[in-house]
Amino acid sequence: MSGGLARLLDTTGAWLLAVVWVAPLVFAFWAAFHSTSDAVNFNIGSAWTLENFRTAWTGAPWLRYFLNTFLLVTVVLSGQLVLTTLAGYAFAQFDFPGRDTVFILVLLQLFILPEVLIVENYAMVSRLGLFDTVFGIGAPYWASAFGIFLMRQAFKSVPRELDEAARIEGCGWLGVLWRVYVPAARPTYIAYALVSVSTHWNNFLWPLIVTNSEETRPLTVGLSIFAAPENGVNISVISAATIMTVAPLLIAFLIFQRQFVQAFLRAGIR
Amino acid sequence: MNELARLERRRRIINGWLLLSPALIFLSLFAFIPSVATLWESLFSRGTRRNPSEFIGGGNYADLFADPTFWLVVKNNLLYAGVTIPVSIVIALSMALWANSKISARGFVRTAYFTPTVLPMIAAANLWLFFYTPGLGVLDQIGALFGFTSVNWLGQPETALWAIVIVTIWKESGFFMIFYLAALQTIPPDLKEAADIEGASRWTYTRRVVLPLLAPTTLFVMVNALINSVKLIDHLFILTKGGPSDASKLILYYIWEMAFAYFDAPHAAAMTVLVLVVLGIVAAVQFTLLDRRTHYR
Repeated sequence: MSGGLARLLDTTGAWLLAVVWVAPLVFAFWAAFHSTSDAVNFNIGSAWTLENFRTAWTGAPWLRYFLNTFLLVTVVLSGQLVLTTLAGYAFAQFDFPGRDTVFILVLLQLFILPEVLIVENYAMVSRLGLFDTVFGIGAPYWASAFGIFLMRQAFKSVPRELDEAARIEGCGWLGVLWRVYVPAARPTYIAYALVSVSTHWNNFLWPLIVTNSEETRPLTVGLSIFAAPENGVNISVISAATIMTVAPLLIAFLIFQRQFVQAFLRAGIR
Repeated sequence: MNELARLERRRRIINGWLLLSPALIFLSLFAFIPSVATLWESLFSRGTRRNPSEFIGGGNYADLFADPTFWLVVKNNLLYAGVTIPVSIVIALSMALWANSKISARGFVRTAYFTPTVLPMIAAANLWLFFYTPGLGVLDQIGALFGFTSVNWLGQPETALWAIVIVTIWKESGFFMIFYLAALQTIPPDLKEAADIEGASRWTYTRRVVLPLLAPTTLFVMVNALINSVKLIDHLFILTKGGPSDASKLILYYIWEMAFAYFDAPHAAAMTVLVLVVLGIVAAVQFTLLDRRTHYR
């Protein structure tokens, strides 16, 4: 096969796949801005309208849902940062009997998914009086084994000399963590934060189970209720609502694409 | 001096455990205790007002094994995993090879592949509704051009699960592509040069050099895809609700339904235990293969 032909085939294949991959989003976007009949008949010249967005916007308390999701990712991330930092520091820099056994226990959690333990976690959240609260949605994700593992790796690669220098300067062990290790692990923190935020922004099943009111319901759950067939909302309005809810995340992703990809990579190499 | 060293060691131990305690408390609350509680609960019958819950040993498991729906769901989930995992991996690999080759508008192509990953699964399901809706969905429109009659993709047992499978593949492939892209960028360019000097065709180079070097990445992606085939069920809530007649029901959805729609926690717990056992086996296999993963830090 000659180089030119091979490249042409490559380009065609790559482009075809790309077109197929964006098609659902493009069609939904098209449907969101047209009346249902225009949308499904693909009247290319038909008028663009904001009517669907108007209908969708008044159909559910979206602002409240946005706020809830924002609160949720904030609560999840802050808890995760504190817990994974402390535990990661212990695993990376402290030598004590029982450490490795505990580490294996922590690794087990990579496979005991919170998603699978929904029944008992729901019972636990109810027992703790956290049902239908943002903390109830977030708490099961705080002690993230994955995060602990990531932080441990990051702290392990910090040069010993920095640690010792800080100690000679008179830092206590928490001071060393705060002054030396945390700043050194900044790229890891950013990567972890991006992965965590996008995961919990999109999470659905667990929030569905532990929320029961508008005051706590995140966007994903709100969207699923809004789009439920028994609501009889038409496809254009569903598309408008969907575009509306994914827009902030999608725009953020398109702007910070490189950081996103880097973050997922950094977090993926465990 | 000896005294000092002992003090220092004791301080390390105490500090180490202090640092670990918050994480351990939350891991216990939301992973370890619930796991044990699940096992415990799966051994008891469901308490009703008339009959309090009592110990029945493997009774709930026996019920499950006698339940045809359970076997259907297991079969569905095996098919779901068996199709989505290899297909996602092959597509992800092609995406990575393409996004790494010299084609025009590479940036756009890569973005297009990765975009589904950042969308919530619920939103993705809504986007696909527009494709699948009978009579007015995009697929039907395209079919009509070729003279096919309207197909209710989500409403018939033969196609419902496949519709779910396609959405999952669409959502996952771009995510896995990233790991392949990273691995491709670590392959030294002189290997390519050597292959060119040898006169090896591009296909030979890919098959003999690139694919073997990507094996550890494939393992990593495979484990992730396996976990996802248990976890990824959000789109069922929008697209099929596990129907028609359980044709597209997956195990985690069935657990959810059992516990929160039928209020039958013991059977849901028994199913959860079975899923955890399977995941445990996956974990064991991964950790035994982990030692061979040398190219990661």
